[in-house]
Amino acid sequence: MSRKSLQRLRLALWGLVLVVGLGASWLLLSPRGQAVLPTDDIGRGEYQLLATDGQTFTAASLRGAPSLVFFGFTHCPDVCPMTLGAIDGWKQELGPLAEDLRVWFVSVDPERDTLDLMRDYVGWLPGAVGVTGTPDELRKAVASFKIYARKVPVEGGDYAMDHSAYVMLFDAKGAYNQIFSHTEDPGLVVERLRRFLTTQG
Amino acid sequence: MKNIALSLLIALAMPATAALAHGPHGHAAAKQQIGDLTVSEAFARATPPRAPVGGAYFAVTNAGTTDDRLIDARSPAGAEVQIHTTSEKDGVMSMRRITDGLPVPAGQTVTLAPGGMHLMVMGLTAPLVAGEHVEITLQFENAGEITLPFEIRALTARGAAGGHDQHGEAAPCPSHDDSKP
Repeated sequence: MSRKSLQRLRLALWGLVLVVGLGASWLLLSPRGQAVLPTDDIGRGEYQLLATDGQTFTAASLRGAPSLVFFGFTHCPDVCPMTLGAIDGWKQELGPLAEDLRVWFVSVDPERDTLDLMRDYVGWLPGAVGVTGTPDELRKAVASFKIYARKVPVEGGDYAMDHSAYVMLFDAKGAYNQIFSHTEDPGLVVERLRRFLTTQG
Repeated sequence: MKNIALSLLIALAMPATAALAHGPHGHAAAKQQIGDLTVSEAFARATPPRAPVGGAYFAVTNAGTTDDRLIDARSPAGAEVQIHTTSEKDGVMSMRRITDGLPVPAGQTVTLAPGGMHLMVMGLTAPLVAGEHVEITLQFENAGEITLPFEIRALTARGAAGGHDQHGEAAPCPSHDDSKP
């Protein structure tokens, strides 16, 4: 190897050191806010369900306005109506501030919850849209929202659904923000929602 | 003039009567006794339109010395009434049917309340409307049968033990028929 090419190699190696060094310091010094959170992709995915407003419900549906998303089913006498009632209470308390806040009630029981039934079931709640679809698409949605839903036989030939019963809040860009529960003090939920809606709604 | 005076009198008297009927805690004073058992705090939750099922709750106190058991329930409001329990684990709600009866041990009070045990009225023939009552018959192994009116409360009702909601329990629910999306 000639002296000239050795020099060139040395130069190239130092160049490499420089590039690696710069890259490393950029990685170390860059703001921590860039970190990817496990909640970042909640709600994102390829699901395509039917909504009672006549549209399809996809990940894109969460964009354009802030939304609350809740999974449940109509053969649910306790937690689901109570949660819808709680959401109604929060919205009433927030008044005009929550005018654009949409409510998606997604059925985890698409076999029994037809679009028609869902339309009536949520029809009384302002801004609420019922969502149902094929079991396959629902499975995709359940996975996308990282919730739990499982069919459980009830003695006597019937069945119930075990399901995650929290209410998820998404911002107008369709990004997951936080969750609420119907068991929480409504005053505190309303305060958190108020803060969200005044700052990023 | 006489009519106006009369209706004014009625209007004034109404809240007083309502207050009397609701007892010290604002609940309907629907306490009923059968044998050693006293059933109280009987209420159901208003249902969303076309809901196939509804939830009902009560407390039962066994003042006697023998254990009893709720073995069955029925209502003209639905095809069947089952005893269920709801439990929450890691944010997941599970509902199970209690099939071998609900024990009401001697000297104890058993409370069915939102988020826990409930009666599930299945195959509702009509929505349960807040402010109205639904009749449910409870059948106990020893004490026998008792039929009582369950006061229907708003959708937000959390129920029995001081869990009064802040959002107008008396308001008929569903209350926004005009705003279908």
